[in-house]
Amino acid sequence: MIQYIIKRFFMMILTVLLIATLTFFLMHSIPGSPFDEDRTSNPTIQENLEKYYKLDQPLPVQYVNYLKAIVTFDFGPSIKKPNESVNNLLARGFPISFELGIVTILVAVLSGVTLGTLAALRHNGIIDYLAMTFAVVGISVPNFILATLFIQVFAGQLGWLPAATWQSPLHMILPTLALATGPMAIIARLTRSSMLEVMTQDYIKMARAKGLKPSRIIIRHALRNAMMPIVTIMGTMLAGILTGTFVIERIFAIPGMGKYFVESISNRDYPVIMGSTVFYSTFLIFMLFLVDIVYGILDPRIKLHKKEGESS
Amino acid sequence: MVREQAMQSNSMKQPAFDEKGKLKEKILQVEDLQVTFQTFGGVVQAVRGVTFDLHKGETLAIVGESGCGKSVTSNAIMGLIPSPPGKVTNGKVIFKGKNLTAFNKSEFRKIQGVDVSMIFQDPMTALNPTMSIGEQLTEGLRTHHKISKADAKTKAIEMLNLVGISNPHERLKQYPHQFSGGMRQRIVIAISLICEPTLLIADEPTTALDVTIQAQILELFAEIQEKTGVSIILITHDLGVVAKIADRIAVMYAGKIIEIGTKREIFYAPAHPYTKGLLNSVPRLDLLEEELQPIEGTPPDLFAPPTGCAFTARCPYAMEVCSHAYPVETSLFGQHKVDCWLQDERAKGIFS
Ligand SMILES: Nc1ncnc2c1ncn2[C@@H]1O[C@H](COP(=O)(O)OP(=O)(O)O)[C@@H](O)[C@H]1O
Ligand code: SF4
Ligand SMILES: [Mg+2]
Repeated sequence: MIQYIIKRFFMMILTVLLIATLTFFLMHSIPGSPFDEDRTSNPTIQENLEKYYKLDQPLPVQYVNYLKAIVTFDFGPSIKKPNESVNNLLARGFPISFELGIVTILVAVLSGVTLGTLAALRHNGIIDYLAMTFAVVGISVPNFILATLFIQVFAGQLGWLPAATWQSPLHMILPTLALATGPMAIIARLTRSSMLEVMTQDYIKMARAKGLKPSRIIIRHALRNAMMPIVTIMGTMLAGILTGTFVIERIFAIPGMGKYFVESISNRDYPVIMGSTVFYSTFLIFMLFLVDIVYGILDPRIKLHKKEGESS
Repeated sequence: MVREQAMQSNSMKQPAFDEKGKLKEKILQVEDLQVTFQTFGGVVQAVRGVTFDLHKGETLAIVGESGCGKSVTSNAIMGLIPSPPGKVTNGKVIFKGKNLTAFNKSEFRKIQGVDVSMIFQDPMTALNPTMSIGEQLTEGLRTHHKISKADAKTKAIEMLNLVGISNPHERLKQYPHQFSGGMRQRIVIAISLICEPTLLIADEPTTALDVTIQAQILELFAEIQEKTGVSIILITHDLGVVAKIADRIAVMYAGKIIEIGTKREIFYAPAHPYTKGLLNSVPRLDLLEEELQPIEGTPPDLFAPPTGCAFTARCPYAMEVCSHAYPVETSLFGQHKVDCWLQDERAKGIFS
C-alpha cells in the first residue's frame, strides 16, 4: 500500500510537470502579448514592462523560470493586477470554488445514489419512471441552461432564492443544483442499472436465505457492490464538475477561481494562467488518486500495490 | 457402479426408521404445492402439485432434468420465490406445525437461516465478494440470536473447524476471492449451518465443483448430518450424488413428483419409465460409451402442460389413456409410490 502511494506520488508529479509544460508552450503559441491592449502607450514602456516580467528572455529561459515557480509554488504578481500576487488570487478564489465543487459532488452522489437505488427497488414502478424521466432530462439539459432557468424561476418569478453571489447557504442552492443535476442524473441511471444487476446475484439470494432485514441486504450487501461502476466514472465526473464551475461561477457572479482563470487566458496574464493551471491539475490528479484509494477500499479483490507492476 | 455405491453406503447411513421400525418424526410436509410465474409469454406452471414429506435426520434427494421445477420447489419452501413474477398458487408447506405458504415476508425472515437454511449451486457467486468471510458467517447469527461479537466469532471458528477449514482465526478476516471453489462451498455450508437449522436445502451443491472436490463435499454432508442430525433436501440431477448420500429419492418431471421411494426401491425397482430411463442414462464404468441410453425427446412446455401424463410423448410404453388422464398415484411396496398407468391395477390386467 505504502509502496503504491509512493509510486503514485511520483506519477502525479510527472503528470503535473507534463501538463505544466504543455500549458506553457500552448500559452506561448497563442499570438499576442499581455500588453496588446496598452499598445497606444510608449514602446519603451512596453519594453520595460516585458523586461520587468522577464518576457524578453528567450523561451527556454522563461521555461526554466516557470519550472522554478512551480517548484517553489510562487508565481509572482499578476500582470493585469500588478498589486496582487497569483498566490493571493488562488488563496482567495479557490476556497469558494472548492466549496461549490464539493457541495455539488456531495449533492450529486448522495441524491443520485438514493434516486437510483429507489428506482431499482421499485423497478418498473412509478418512482422508477419518474426518476428515469428526470434523469434523461437532467443528462440532456446543459448546466448553463438550467442555471438561467433556475434564476428566472426561483430568483425572478418566485423570488424564493437569491440570484447571484456566494454569501450564505441560501445563495449556494441554485448554483449547486444547476451544477449537480447533470452528474446526479448520470449517477442515478448508473446506480439503477448496477443495482438491478447486483440484486439478481446469488449472494443477494443467499443474504435473503439468511433471513436478513431488507435494509441490511440493500445497504450492506448490495450497495457496496453496486457502487463500483460509479466510483469508476467519478474521475471523469470530477473533471466535468471542475470545468462546470467556471461556467456556473460566471453566471451566478461567484468570486471563485473560474473568473480569474477565464480572464487570465483572454488577457494573456501568463503568471495567472500558469498558476491556476498547475493548481487545478494538481488538485484534479489528487482527487483521482483519492478515487483510486476509495475503489481499493470498496473492492477487496483489488490489490493497490500490485496494480502498476502486474498485468491485472 | 451407481447401484453398488447405493449398496455400500446404505450400511453407513441412518435410515428414516428408529429401532422399532417406526417412522421418525416428520419435520416437513409438502402438500400439493403449485407455483406459477407470470412472464411475457404467458403463465409458466413451474411446479404443478408436489407432495412429499421429510423426517428428522433424513436426506431426501430430488432428482430430475434441468427445468423440471426442483429449484422452484425448494425456493417455495424457503419463501424465496420472487414475487412478482412468481406465486405460490396452491398447497401447503407444513414445517414444525405451521403452514409456511401462509407466511408473509417478515414471518419467513424469522425462520430463514435459523430453522431452514439453503445452499446454492455455485460457491463462486454465492459469497459476497466485498464482505469478509467472518462477517458473512456471523451476520445471520447476530441477526437472529442477538449475541455478542465475540461469541459469534467463537461460533464462526467452531463452524469453520466443522467444515474442515484450517487456520479459522486468520481465515475469518479474508475475502471470498482468497479461497478455492471447494473451500468456498465449505464456507457456504458453514454459513448455512451456523444457526443450527432443522432443515437444510442444498440446491445442486456439487454441480459446479470438480469431481474430487464433489466427493469431499458429499462426505462432509454425511458427516455433518451425523453430528447435527439435520434433515437434508438434496437437489441434483446427478444420480451418482444421490447414490452416495440419499435415504429416499423423489423423481421430478415437468413440475410433478412422478416417483418417490427409498434409495433401494428407486435404484433396484424403478417403476416409472422415466426413472428407468434416468438410471440407464447414468454413465457406468462397465459399459462402453455407445451403450449409454439417454432418454430421447424433450420435456413438455410448461406454459401449456399436457392434461395426461407429461411423459407420454417420450414414453416407450405410452398407452391410449396416458395422454387423456393423469395417472392416479399407485402405492407399491413400502414407501414406494409412482404416478404411471402401467402400475395401475386395471393396466396390469391388460398386460398380464
Ligand atoms: N423467475 C422466473 N421467471 C419465470 N420462469 C421461471 C422463473 N424461475 C423458474 N422459472 C421456470 O420454472 C421452471 C422450473 O425451473 P427450476 O425449478 O429452476 O428448474 P430446475 O429443476 O432445473 O431447478 C422452468 O421452466 C423455468 O423456466
Ligand atoms: S403413464 Fe403412460 S406415458 Fe406416462 S409414464 Fe406411464 S406408461 Fe408412460
Ligand atoms: Mg435448479
